[in-house]
Amino acid sequence: MSATFMLSLSVNGEDITRAIDPRRNLVDFLREDLQLTGTHVGCEHGACGACTVRVNGEIIRGCLMLAAQAEGAKVETIEGVSDSGEIADLQKAFHERNALQCGFCTPGMLLTAADFLKSDPGTGRDRIRAYISGNYCRCTGYQAIVDAIEAVGRERGDPPS
Amino acid sequence: MSEKSPLTVLDRPNSYIGQSVPRSGARRLLQGRGTYVDDMTLPRMVHVAFCRSPFAHARIGAIDTEAARATAGVIRVVTGRELAEYCTPWIGILTHLRGLKSAPQHAIAVDRACWQGEAVAAVVAQTRSQAEDAAESIEIDYRELAVVADMETALEDGTPLIHPDLGDNLCFQREVDIGDVDKAFAEAHCVVEETFNFGRHTGVCLEARAILADYNPADKHLTVYLSAQAPHMMKNLYAKHFGLNEDNIRVICKDVGGSFGIKVHVYPDEMAAVALSIMLKRPVKFIADRLESFVTDIHARDHRVKARMAVNKDGKFTAIELDDLTGVGPYSVYPRTSGIEANQVVNLTGGTYTIENYRARARVVFTNKNVMCQYRAVGHPVACAVGEGLVDAAARALNMDPVEIRRRNLIPDDAYPYTYATGLVYEKLSHHQCLDKILAMMDYDGLRREQAEYRDKGVYRGIGVASMIELTNPSPAFYGVGGAFISSQEGCTIRLDHTGGITCAVGVTEQGQGSDAVIAQVAATAVGVPLENVRVISGDTDVVPYGGGTWASRAAGIGGEAALRAGKALRENILEIAGVILQADAAALDIRDGAVVDAVNGAERMPLSEIGRIVYFRGDTLPNDVQPELVVTRHYVPKAFPFAFTNGFEAFHVEVDIDTGFVTLLKCWVVDDCGTIINPMLVDEQIRGGVVQGIGGALYEECLYDERGQYLNATMADYLVPMAGEMPDIEVGHVETPTQDSELGAKGVGEAGTTGAPAAIMNAINDALQPIGGHITDMPFTPERILKALGKV
Repeated sequence: MSATFMLSLSVNGEDITRAIDPRRNLVDFLREDLQLTGTHVGCEHGACGACTVRVNGEIIRGCLMLAAQAEGAKVETIEGVSDSGEIADLQKAFHERNALQCGFCTPGMLLTAADFLKSDPGTGRDRIRAYISGNYCRCTGYQAIVDAIEAVGRERGDPPS
Repeated sequence: MSEKSPLTVLDRPNSYIGQSVPRSGARRLLQGRGTYVDDMTLPRMVHVAFCRSPFAHARIGAIDTEAARATAGVIRVVTGRELAEYCTPWIGILTHLRGLKSAPQHAIAVDRACWQGEAVAAVVAQTRSQAEDAAESIEIDYRELAVVADMETALEDGTPLIHPDLGDNLCFQREVDIGDVDKAFAEAHCVVEETFNFGRHTGVCLEARAILADYNPADKHLTVYLSAQAPHMMKNLYAKHFGLNEDNIRVICKDVGGSFGIKVHVYPDEMAAVALSIMLKRPVKFIADRLESFVTDIHARDHRVKARMAVNKDGKFTAIELDDLTGVGPYSVYPRTSGIEANQVVNLTGGTYTIENYRARARVVFTNKNVMCQYRAVGHPVACAVGEGLVDAAARALNMDPVEIRRRNLIPDDAYPYTYATGLVYEKLSHHQCLDKILAMMDYDGLRREQAEYRDKGVYRGIGVASMIELTNPSPAFYGVGGAFISSQEGCTIRLDHTGGITCAVGVTEQGQGSDAVIAQVAATAVGVPLENVRVISGDTDVVPYGGGTWASRAAGIGGEAALRAGKALRENILEIAGVILQADAAALDIRDGAVVDAVNGAERMPLSEIGRIVYFRGDTLPNDVQPELVVTRHYVPKAFPFAFTNGFEAFHVEVDIDTGFVTLLKCWVVDDCGTIINPMLVDEQIRGGVVQGIGGALYEECLYDERGQYLNATMADYLVPMAGEMPDIEVGHVETPTQDSELGAKGVGEAGTTGAPAAIMNAINDALQPIGGHITDMPFTPERILKALGKV
């Protein structure tokens, strides 16, 4: 086994320094070293999107990135964006429309939805469907998720007075 | 509520029945604060990884574990023979499936591996990655054996026997012959005949199978945290196979990341994890990775059905004859067996129509592929597609509209109770009402006109409809009579807390469908409290009444009725004590919005928290002969019918690109009759999710094996599942025919969507291809298969 790597980064606004195995991927680091279990592992080869987290403002697959690659980075997980209230409107819309069932895909889906709304606040259903088509949900059939994202896009574009 | 009240429990003043209330349990999941098994860590916990057979069939020779044992972090390396000292083998049979046979199966293979992916050795280490590193260094001397990969030849002379002791490769066979089938075919105006193939596919739960077993040798107590649907069933089986006192076993299912029937079976690697915890006297965690899921989670379908139907000149169906063949892997899965799906195909095909002559044969054969068992809508999508495919073939043969031919044959809405040829008893169904409703929703005539216009422009659109039935609320006739300790009854324990809140403990389990939510809605309604004051506990065998769990669309119908009965009984008890405190006639009081009120005018007399305060803290102020009982338990088991059948229609509008073979799903409609609807939003979402799983089987999903039994596409990149971009919007409508077997009247809804989708999509594609002579009955309908059907490749 190779030597440990000293990793320093910011996770949900906290400065963290940990000695890690160099082969540790980011999602395992978050889940096992930091106990941030809201980020899930679905396929470990970048196909399902359950491990989606934000690194320096961009959403990435936590299973395809080594933790060591996040040296110096600003990482945000579902716990962070929940506590900050940043995606409270999306969470509310998902809740009201039952846009989740088992909830395993939900953290990744929410971060992807938040990214969509940031980059493309347009609310076309086809655009939403295309944007979340890298996030696998086995339960809902996606329609309620599309409904929820569409509704939030509309609210953000035209906030209630 | 007094018996004089004009209100039924369903339309009480603050009823939540029929309200689309969001699930309170979803909030933690939205914040990533759920607890799935892999989120849990226990003191001294270790991890197990398995070394799995690379061959579909092989003799296991010497196993060299020396290098593995020397690997950093490794605690123990075990083989099947060592593990068998701790876990007895099992045989997946049920006595009511007569003749069904299987061979003893071990937690880890002993002497012989019978499918690619079967565990052959296990490594326990401090971390999962250390265990995997070590597992890779185990050297096993395999001797490859002849492989039975093709179910079509599994029964032929000369095909090797997977279990020579069984005498053949036949797991189960069922034949029925009702009425005079030969006469009906001889007298038919026309006979339509098709062969349907249903690809082998699997559940792909996003949370893979997961177990954390914690054996405490001090008090011989086993706690198992499991991602599963039937905790009490597992508790019984752990006792049986580990020689433990069942009363010393606790199974806890916290959040479950999807199940769909996948997580209701005994899995060898999970049993191995329990055995290792007992062996090592410490907690052992096993989380299947995605590859392990593909090669060991049960598969389903993989049926080849040859079928024909006799039709008279008016389009009346007079007989069906079918032959079903399915290959289920090397073992019948324990304890529900691998015979149920084929049995359902025999039972259900054509089951929405008045067909009196029926002959079927189903053969379930062993193969050297991964095991098959019950997955969402067990057998229903196969039976539905066979029946509805024949119906469309008959319509084409008679040049009749596919809707009109269905109208002439559907069981009339006033013909109930009705017994189908195969013996299924229907309490009351609503096929014609559902058909009328879906035609209006989809503007069937308008779509047909539009279709004709598009055809003129060289665009091939198709419309497919399917009538369907779904078996829900199973009675003991499903498993109990076959000798399995799988409970059909459910209980609900409900209590009034001193705060005025209500806590319900139920045996049905939550995997995201919303069963906790509908239990809360029923309990809130029955007692008379605001929904936010109700808490539901499920998935813990130490806490909840004995129950079957959640499968076969039983949670709302059976668990909900238990909650209704418990809630009513608690209300009676509360009102009795309220009557004493208020010196009023209990029959003149009611409970609404969390307060005792005058039944007549609704005027508040006292909040439930005041009753709680008096009962729990000032019992001294009550008369000596009054002992309040603010905890009650009630149970329910369906008895009047073996199953509560639901019914409905599903329709698809598709466009087929005849140059590429790609199918675009333009729209889907579903009308379902699941009886009383407790939460319309959750019901609609069950249907939509079910439809999309049905779409997966129809268009994308197939576990591909080669002739050596090697699984070719066991990754999520290669095994295609429905993603958002390809899915249509799905419009859902309802007819409500409550079952009279319960006061609640709810039937199940979890599997209806999955049932009808493959049939309706097949019929829509064939409708699109008809003008150019294409016809397809092999699922999934990949672009390649469609181009082949068109003679283009």
